[in-house]
Amino acid sequence: MEPGQPADAAEPDPADSDADPGETRGTPIGRRVVLGMIGLGAAGVVFGDTIQSRVERALRPLTQNDPTGVSSFLPTAGRFRIYTVTGHLPERSTGEYRLTVDGKVERPLSLSYDDLLARPQTDLTLDFQCVTGWRVADVPWTGVRLSDLLDEAGVAEGATHLRIWSFDGAYTESLTLDQARRDDVIAAHRMQDGPVTREHGGPVRLYVGPMYGYKSLKWLERIEVVDQLHEGYWEVRGYDVDAWVGRSNGRSDEPTS
Amino acid sequence: MIRRFGTATRALHWATAAAVLTCALTGLVLYVGPLSALVGRRNLVKDVHVIAGLSMPVPLVLAYAGRWRTEVRAEFRRLSRWTRADRRWLRSRGWDATDEVGKFNAGQKLNAAFVAGMIPIMLATGSIMKWFEPFPVRYRTGATFVHDWTAIATWAVVAGHILFALNDRMSLRGMLTGRVTRRWAEARHPKWAAEHPEPAPAAGVGVGEPGDQPLP
Repeated sequence: MEPGQPADAAEPDPADSDADPGETRGTPIGRRVVLGMIGLGAAGVVFGDTIQSRVERALRPLTQNDPTGVSSFLPTAGRFRIYTVTGHLPERSTGEYRLTVDGKVERPLSLSYDDLLARPQTDLTLDFQCVTGWRVADVPWTGVRLSDLLDEAGVAEGATHLRIWSFDGAYTESLTLDQARRDDVIAAHRMQDGPVTREHGGPVRLYVGPMYGYKSLKWLERIEVVDQLHEGYWEVRGYDVDAWVGRSNGRSDEPTS
Repeated sequence: MIRRFGTATRALHWATAAAVLTCALTGLVLYVGPLSALVGRRNLVKDVHVIAGLSMPVPLVLAYAGRWRTEVRAEFRRLSRWTRADRRWLRSRGWDATDEVGKFNAGQKLNAAFVAGMIPIMLATGSIMKWFEPFPVRYRTGATFVHDWTAIATWAVVAGHILFALNDRMSLRGMLTGRVTRRWAEARHPKWAAEHPEPAPAAGVGVGEPGDQPLP
């Protein structure tokens, strides 16, 4: 017996009465579905955080070994989401790639892809946390420490910041010299056990281990040493300049590094 | 021909449909990595998504704002009320109780209820995602979680809705022109067709259009 139905089965159900033009009788199931959905949605907002991470953990063995890649489109898959700020996906082959280090330096550098590969390499396995909430666990990264490149170029007196440029023509980022000299800040040419692909910012991108993803600029072209802060693309648009994971942008994620 | 939907109802349907489709397509671009990469212009896509999302309930509000509200309310009442025959119809996937189907079958009622629930959910969670500052982080993550899964459900429901409409052109025509043939109404929505008795034929004169003939 469902609620809203008459208890006595012998009584004719008014909902089944033949003469009901306009269908004004019957159980208001539609209203119940709507209210039920809104209730579920509200519960999802409050508990979604917990549900999400549990489902993500439970599904990880499945999503990490999915040859079809279909599961990567599920909201819980712990996957990268590809963002660009321009109308296109920049492309540069490893052959024509150059990384410039200039500005307030003693010896400006212009390095080819092979030059980068020939320098001491750093391997990191760290999470990637986006400020919009998604996180990819245990991503392997390989690249050259920014501190090595800065030492090679010789930072001039009075320099305080880096202004970093992408060859997408629009995106920039900023770091203080102290931040850039950390061991977990690299110009990465490998991620996820392969070369950095075009959609992930290849051939060379930045990886700033302890900070939110928008600091890890893609399609790295130029590192300019400067003597004042030049806010990056998203920072001009309101994101925090010091983007420590878990200690900025009003978020409390677990630190990545 | 029988009049199935008034102008206000059809305007409400198509304006809502435009907003939902815009949100679905821009949302897909924002959500699917390779598509994001292909389209780019993330800020623009995001703005279109937010504007279409915020405008989604506007037709509904307007439908209740004017003197045409009687018409729209009558449709909502029919959509919300379920008879036992509706449940039987749904349980049998449309094979049982077909002669007791009113203006809307149980599938159409379920679709309408889903959309009516989806709009406030997406509006609320989308707003939390967009204007996140005052909300605790876990609510933001929760809002994203609900927004993502409700979006996937909406894609499935809307795709089904469109497929059903394409499979039953007269039904689609009813929402486009407002009129359907009596023959179709009697076959698909017999209880509703019975509310519109055939006008008495004038003696000696052929009546109606070919489509109006009852089934043999």
